[in-house]
Amino acid sequence: MTVTAAFFYLFATITVASGFMVIASRNPVQSVLFLILAFVNAAGLFLMMGAEFLAMILVIVYVGAVAVLFLFVVMMLDVDFAELRQGFLQYLPVGALIGIVFLLELILVIGAYVIDPNLIRTAAVPIPSPEVMTNTEALGQVLYTRYFYFFQAAGLILLVAMIGAIVLTLRERVGVKRQNISRQNARTPEEAVQLRKVPFRHGL
Amino acid sequence: MVIGLGHYLTVAAVLFTLGVFGIFINRKNVIVILMSVELILLAVNINMVAFSTHLNDIVGQVFALLILTVAAAEAAIGLAILVVFFRNRGSIAVEDVNMMRG
Repeated sequence: MTVTAAFFYLFATITVASGFMVIASRNPVQSVLFLILAFVNAAGLFLMMGAEFLAMILVIVYVGAVAVLFLFVVMMLDVDFAELRQGFLQYLPVGALIGIVFLLELILVIGAYVIDPNLIRTAAVPIPSPEVMTNTEALGQVLYTRYFYFFQAAGLILLVAMIGAIVLTLRERVGVKRQNISRQNARTPEEAVQLRKVPFRHGL
Repeated sequence: MVIGLGHYLTVAAVLFTLGVFGIFINRKNVIVILMSVELILLAVNINMVAFSTHLNDIVGQVFALLILTVAAAEAAIGLAILVVFFRNRGSIAVEDVNMMRG
């Protein structure tokens, strides 16, 4: 029990601390690296809650794709980040006030809630015990049957996001020579070859 | 000491607040604002999974998976818009985003 508590506090502390460093760090590259740390430790929290598949997906999708995408964009854009820090202290009091009020309200809600005991008995799809079925298998048996349309909609969202990102960032550069195959094939010897009568000792 | 639902909810609440706070104090840096949005979505996911395991209902984990999908799509689109905006204006300061006024 104490080992569980120790690991919970380890993961929770590092997640919150790196979450704070994400917003407080001077260098956006460091922010992205702290974001990766926060995600990995949140995956640890997921593991402790028994959601193994989501923990692994969090590491693969967030750390492997989203955070690397952020890193890529931060390093690709040539931005003067020191200039963007201007006004940091200006917004700090208002931001801190709103943040503290918000956090206090959330903590009050968490401290005061009571879960209806009927809710636990009327689970839509109860989690099978780990001896019967792994978490991944249980999730798959629900996701591909009962929530199949949600799964398809998620795939559609990803497709639209992919097409949107490509359409947004694709640009036709002027002045770049490209191969035009249909134009190449349509050329005839008449238009491709010119025969000129060159005068003696003169160029064209 | 038993780690219960309240512990996880507290972590999620703190993380959510950090995300909102980050949006407030980094008013100029769009990249950090996008990262704050990712933090908020992570906090929501922690809530979803915590309730899922506490209520012994796997549907919460299904929806956490869908939130993950939407977060990934949002990051991709947001960063694409950011790159296009930087190409056009040479800056990513939020205060410069006034081209879209009607």
